Amino acid sequence: MKAFAELYTAIDQTTKTNAKVDALVAYFASAPETDVLWCVAMLTGKSPKRTIRSGELKEWSAEMSGLPYWIFDESYHIVGDLAETITLILPPPSSSAGYSLTETIAFLRSLDKYGDEDKKIAIQQRWDEMDSGERFVFNKLMTGSFRVGVSKQLVIKALAKQFKIEEDTVAHRLTGDWSPDTTTLTTLLSAEGDTDSYYRPYPFYLAYQWEQSVDDLGDVHDWQIEQKYDGIRGQLLLRRGELFVWSRGEELMTEKFPEFEILKGILPDGTVIDGEVLPYRDGRPLPFHLMQTRIGRKNLTKKSLQEAPLILMCYDLLEYHGEDIRTRPMQERRALLEQVVKDANEIAAVPLLLSPVLDCQSWEEATQAREAARDNNCEGLMLKHKNSPYETGRRKGQWWKWKVDPLTVDGVLLYAQRGHGRRANLYTDYTFAIWDGDELVPFTKAYSGLTDKELLQVDNWIKRNTIDKFGPVRSVKAELVFEIAFEGINRSPRHKSGVALRFPRILRWRTDKKKEDANTKDDLMKLIEMQETTR
Amino acid sequence: MALLKFNDKGIYCEQAGVYIDPWGQVDHAIITHAHADHARWGSRHYLAHHFSLPVMRWRLGADINVQGIGYNEEIVLNGVKISLHPAGHIIGSAQVRLEYKGEIWVVSGDYKLQNDHLATPFEPVRCQHFITESTFGLPVYRFPAVEEVQGEINDWCAKNTAAGKTSVIIGYALGKAQHILYGLDKSIAPIYAHGAVVNMNRALEQSGFDFSYAKPLDYSLSKKELQGCIVVAPPSAVGTPWLRRFDPYSIGICSGWMQLRGARRRRGVDRGFVMSDHCDWQQLNTAVKLTGAENVYVTHGYKSIYAKWLRDEMHLNATEVDTLYEGESIEGDKEEAATESAEAGIAPEASSNEQGISSPENGDV
Repeated sequence: MKAFAELYTAIDQTTKTNAKVDALVAYFASAPETDVLWCVAMLTGKSPKRTIRSGELKEWSAEMSGLPYWIFDESYHIVGDLAETITLILPPPSSSAGYSLTETIAFLRSLDKYGDEDKKIAIQQRWDEMDSGERFVFNKLMTGSFRVGVSKQLVIKALAKQFKIEEDTVAHRLTGDWSPDTTTLTTLLSAEGDTDSYYRPYPFYLAYQWEQSVDDLGDVHDWQIEQKYDGIRGQLLLRRGELFVWSRGEELMTEKFPEFEILKGILPDGTVIDGEVLPYRDGRPLPFHLMQTRIGRKNLTKKSLQEAPLILMCYDLLEYHGEDIRTRPMQERRALLEQVVKDANEIAAVPLLLSPVLDCQSWEEATQAREAARDNNCEGLMLKHKNSPYETGRRKGQWWKWKVDPLTVDGVLLYAQRGHGRRANLYTDYTFAIWDGDELVPFTKAYSGLTDKELLQVDNWIKRNTIDKFGPVRSVKAELVFEIAFEGINRSPRHKSGVALRFPRILRWRTDKKKEDANTKDDLMKLIEMQETTR
Repeated sequence: MALLKFNDKGIYCEQAGVYIDPWGQVDHAIITHAHADHARWGSRHYLAHHFSLPVMRWRLGADINVQGIGYNEEIVLNGVKISLHPAGHIIGSAQVRLEYKGEIWVVSGDYKLQNDHLATPFEPVRCQHFITESTFGLPVYRFPAVEEVQGEINDWCAKNTAAGKTSVIIGYALGKAQHILYGLDKSIAPIYAHGAVVNMNRALEQSGFDFSYAKPLDYSLSKKELQGCIVVAPPSAVGTPWLRRFDPYSIGICSGWMQLRGARRRRGVDRGFVMSDHCDWQQLNTAVKLTGAENVYVTHGYKSIYAKWLRDEMHLNATEVDTLYEGESIEGDKEEAATESAEAGIAPEASSNEQGISSPENGDV
């Protein structure tokens, strides 16, 4: 654990990519193989499940520190991170045991078998055997909130460097639902592991947002322009007569989508399609939340299948008759994709649609198409260079997302709460209100969007203008106005304001506006009505 | 009637006719130490420890009317016995003890129990009424030993120098900068100080301290010649073009706030060193116990939490008090900020505000 904690600290203390990769390589070179495997699993989002309730951890650490619970809780609100609070509040360790990462994870998983009292004793003993760096990582593992500032791509880079394998190969070998329980590092990274990998998806190619003027992209005819659908990005694989649907988060979701079963006898073996799973009816996508509700269900009922029928909006073809065609130009892959979808639809009515390529003769036309995107329940457009290969991971250059400008509303700051992590100890989580007659009603929370400097200014203002405190929340004088951006708006009987926003965030601090200038409930209702009539 | 009162100008002793660390302009001010949120401009007469005088003259004007006394030296004003006692915060920092007809108060200003080998170490003073800060008044603050942090800083500097990088160490100009300089291993690389730090060093040298090993930056030196050196600069230098001449450099901040990961990450620096001139949780509790005081008044910091702790767990009469003191700041130059707000006439809203929510908190300005 010591080496792993040091790796964590090294990564945490730098913002430089190269330093992070170096730290990873050093760890891969020196740690035991099983530790490396667990490390890779955790850094790519395969943390073991939480085994202990956070309430218990709070109590046990307060007890071990000889502190009353209330002051632990106050400290937690200020630190903003449970694992860190426990680490800081515990008395110094009395010994150092030097458990390995693998051993520690095995210990955590064995806790299920312990009774409550034994669990407490076992964990308190571990705490007493670890230094603060180890404790922090250990607590992070227990609270199930293990996250560190490296992307999957950096882990891949470091593995490639240490084990001298091509990055793309490593990327592919890391996809899918492997687990340190069922494989070894050697198998995972070697070609022999590949034989058993027919269920694995390709690494997804993800795009960045295009922020500049589209004129900078050159000739519009070089670009394939499509809608950016708002669903679940996924890969549909048909190999060895079996069907797999993977989400972008590399979760196997085949069972959630029985609609696609029919494709088994229809798509040729060795086909991989990249697309967006969408609820779709009468020739148009339905709002995202319909599918969300359906996916949340444990058992799919007939009713939910009818309410939100799903299709795959096909974007790209990655494998054709068993051949990996990702390096061929977009145009070529598109032609093959069209063929595959057409052939399938000729055999039966299958839930495969082609993502339409928009015919734009100029960037003005493209801009108009983007403005209209929201009416189709889309988030904007995708711009893909016609010669682009299908790359791995999030990359700049050949593909861009070009989202619609968000909707905005001016709200008054009403409540503030301390943030977490990087924003701990600052009031950064805000609740905003709009006018309903002469009353201010809260209508949304928003966390992000201000610069660090603005956050400090607002934090300072909040501390000077607090009216009341409720635990970690403060109510403040109604005075500051902020412009809130959001992607969508729906009626919501659960909220006092009657509306619910999708992806709300702070666009800017309107120091030029007074509270009287904020928007009203009527304004938002009008927005909803406008949407409803265009649909 | 109580010997000391909190009013809109500061901590007031009516019997002696003096204020301690006033934020308004008064006739007689006793100053605990020369930080700008405690030693403010505009009073007619000041009293402070000898070592604070050169800095106060530098900052408040050479013509201020100021009298210096030593630690444990008693003066009597209208029957009130007044003396200064080491607070251990920075060079010249003092606790103020006031006694009248058997009633004893101690105003501790800012203080720490750790010995940084520059400030005269803290001496506990028995009293019935103790006024304490609470900048780090939470059990999550447990500061490492001074020597341990100095070791970390030296290791880091040596590593940077070996890699051809300059080490930029950030700490406020009065107190922290000297604390850092004192602990530096002078054999690693040449040491340079930012102008604001040099000014403070010069003032402190008048009291017999020696910081001559920290050279003012020689602007004729090329980037190449500066490479691998060590620079001590105040928080206001972070993010300014002034730092560019040291490229490539690594930057570290020295502050008690660096104990929290979030605070360090927010600053976007390479390293955070947990080094403070304030008390951590243990030191605060130790200090309160050593005074034997029954009545404790908690000022700037986590005052409501710390006062509750003293009431509920240590069974003392503890109350929170609003002041304009700011504790330790890492978000810029608190000293400038304090001067500005004083000049703008921003006084705390009524001190009687029982919620204690109107004044700047946590020093996190």
